[in-house]
Amino acid sequence: MSILVYAETENGKLKKNALELASYAGALANTLGAQVVAMTIGAENASELGKYGVNKVLNVTQSELSSFNAQAYASALTQALQSEGATVALIGSSADSKYMAPLFAAQANASYVPNVVEQPLSTSPFQVKRTAFSNKGFAITEMSADVKVIGVASNSFGLQEKETACEVTDFNVNLGDGDFKTKSVEVDKVVGKATIADADIVVSAGRGLKGPENWGMIEEMADILGAATACSKPVSDLGWRPHGEHVGQTGKPVATNLYFAIGISGAIQHLAGVSASKVKVVINTDPEAPFFKAADYGVVGDAFEVVPQLIEKLKEFKAQNA
Amino acid sequence: MHNKFRRIALSLWSFNQSFYPMKILVCISNVPDTTSKINFTDGDTQFDKNGVQYVINPNDEFGLTRAMWFKEKQGATVHVVSVGEADAEPTLRKALAIGADEAIRVNAHPSDGFFVARQLAEVVQKGEYSLVIAGRESIDYNGGMVPGMLAHLLGMNFVNTCISLEIDGNNATAEREIDGGKETLSTSLPLVIGGQKGLVEESDLRIPNMRGIMMARKKALHLVEPVEAPQRTQDQKFEKPAPKGAVKLVDANNLDQLIDLLHNEAKVI
Ligand SMILES: Cc1cc2nc3c(=O)[nH]c(=O)nc-3n(C[C@H](O)[C@H](O)[C@H](O)COP(=O)(O)OP(=O)(O)OC[C@H]3O[C@@H](n4cnc5c(N)ncnc54)[C@H](O)[C@@H]3O)c2cc1C
Ligand SMILES: Nc1ncnc2c1ncn2[C@@H]1O[C@H](COP(=O)(O)O)[C@@H](O)[C@H]1O
Repeated sequence: MSILVYAETENGKLKKNALELASYAGALANTLGAQVVAMTIGAENASELGKYGVNKVLNVTQSELSSFNAQAYASALTQALQSEGATVALIGSSADSKYMAPLFAAQANASYVPNVVEQPLSTSPFQVKRTAFSNKGFAITEMSADVKVIGVASNSFGLQEKETACEVTDFNVNLGDGDFKTKSVEVDKVVGKATIADADIVVSAGRGLKGPENWGMIEEMADILGAATACSKPVSDLGWRPHGEHVGQTGKPVATNLYFAIGISGAIQHLAGVSASKVKVVINTDPEAPFFKAADYGVVGDAFEVVPQLIEKLKEFKAQNA
Repeated sequence: MHNKFRRIALSLWSFNQSFYPMKILVCISNVPDTTSKINFTDGDTQFDKNGVQYVINPNDEFGLTRAMWFKEKQGATVHVVSVGEADAEPTLRKALAIGADEAIRVNAHPSDGFFVARQLAEVVQKGEYSLVIAGRESIDYNGGMVPGMLAHLLGMNFVNTCISLEIDGNNATAEREIDGGKETLSTSLPLVIGGQKGLVEESDLRIPNMRGIMMARKKALHLVEPVEAPQRTQDQKFEKPAPKGAVKLVDANNLDQLIDLLHNEAKVI
């Protein structure tokens, strides 16, 4: 029996999330008495997966697959699943993985459950716990098809080392014209900056900042922390910040280790999207702001005074702890 | 001889393309309003609909408004569909009031993503739609799986987290949101998209006016029965998140304490 992991890469390197999925698979393999096989595309450091419990890596090096294509990647994963006879597949929560997962699950006639937050509660029947209602609740869901595709929520399991002898082999995928009917024309991506999906820390600000000209301090604070920047919905609707930064129930979900909410009131739709973050810090002038009820740490104060001071203190902290 | 036949067939085909307007199906998930408090009943096995206001799933509202643009600017026909019980009808009527031409309700409880995709596939095939606009995810069960599964079942092209869409004849240009930016894709009809904010701006969303509401009463709302399809997932039980402990307040003049807490207590910096 085997578990298949889709280990995502970026610029030839495994993403941190790939290691988290491998860790999840390593733990599940203990329960199921299974081996773990990972499929990865063009990973230069594929054998690193062995540190987290992977027995075998199928490394795809075909040039047609060097850049992401949802349909072609879904076909590749289906072929890997079939060639290994795997019955459980693990997929991450990046935009690419969530694009590909339903195509793959449908091809594989699988049960698919996204946003799973812990190890299966039971494997017979196969039951998983996932977030639902935009983080306002959880569902315990049974997966009844023979093949199970589990979408693991980011940052929900963490890294668990499990040193394993790991064999890396080349894997060749059969592709047809049908796999490339949707073509990438252009990718417009910020480089050298953490993204909301990958960052361990997100610094987010709201309408309390009064205008787009005041975001310099938010950017600076994020830079020091290696964090991504985000914003509330009205801020992106007003055009102060790009749409891609809008987080919340109708924007991007945030599941980081640390979330700073600066000048954000904490409306229910905002909280729904960010509550999966582990530690939340609120900076707000209004002690009655609803966000304080959902936060771990709070500072009642004016962002224009608190943030610049915090930046100085963070710089000192970083200098001492470098 | 062969070639001549091909030419005639081709010109007939392109004649058809310009003669028959694009048929668009907008998939509408009927969901609790974003301000809803979430509760469960029957020993935490059912979502408690008591006092909950249902709305068009926000992602679908952006898609419906984009479909209205195709109708007004490119002469498209726009139908809406929901797989749901009778209580989904007011939401479909609202979509008609916004401007959709006809509505279809597949009479079934939408309990599993694959089951819903299978029902929608039937509707798309019967209605010969060439563009299916769905949402990135529904805000209730957050599956994010129906549009992709539907595309697979129909052998249609698929673009997810779609933030802009242009159609020219059979060619489509779409943008999708990726982590840290966006990607432009070129593809063709027939096509399924998983749309979201960006397809149109927030300020372009339409609220039904009196005339729209009156007209919607006369528009067709077809009821169809579901086809046999397997359920591949079953929700067994629901839970609410554990209540949150009280916030620790730090004095604005003592930010060293905040850094200390984040470093030594929370261990996140
Ligand atoms: C269908 C629907 C979906 C929605 N989806 C989302 C979503 O996904 N994400 C989202 O964010 N919102 C969403 N909203 C909007 C949401 O309801 C709120 O309107 C929004 O989150 C408020 O943004 P805000 O906190 O930035 O602004 P405000 O509510 O205006 O709050 C500003 C805050 O800043 C504080 N402040 C003011 N000055 C200062 C200062 N100098 N220093 C520090 N603090 C200061 C104020 O005390 C206040 O708490 C949605 C709404 C609807 C109807
Ligand atoms: N019951 C349903 N009826 C019609 N469309 C649906 C239904 N459920 C989901 N969809 C469509 O699929 C999208 C994604 O939903 P989901 O996969 O449930 O997150 C929604 O935004 C809708 O466009």
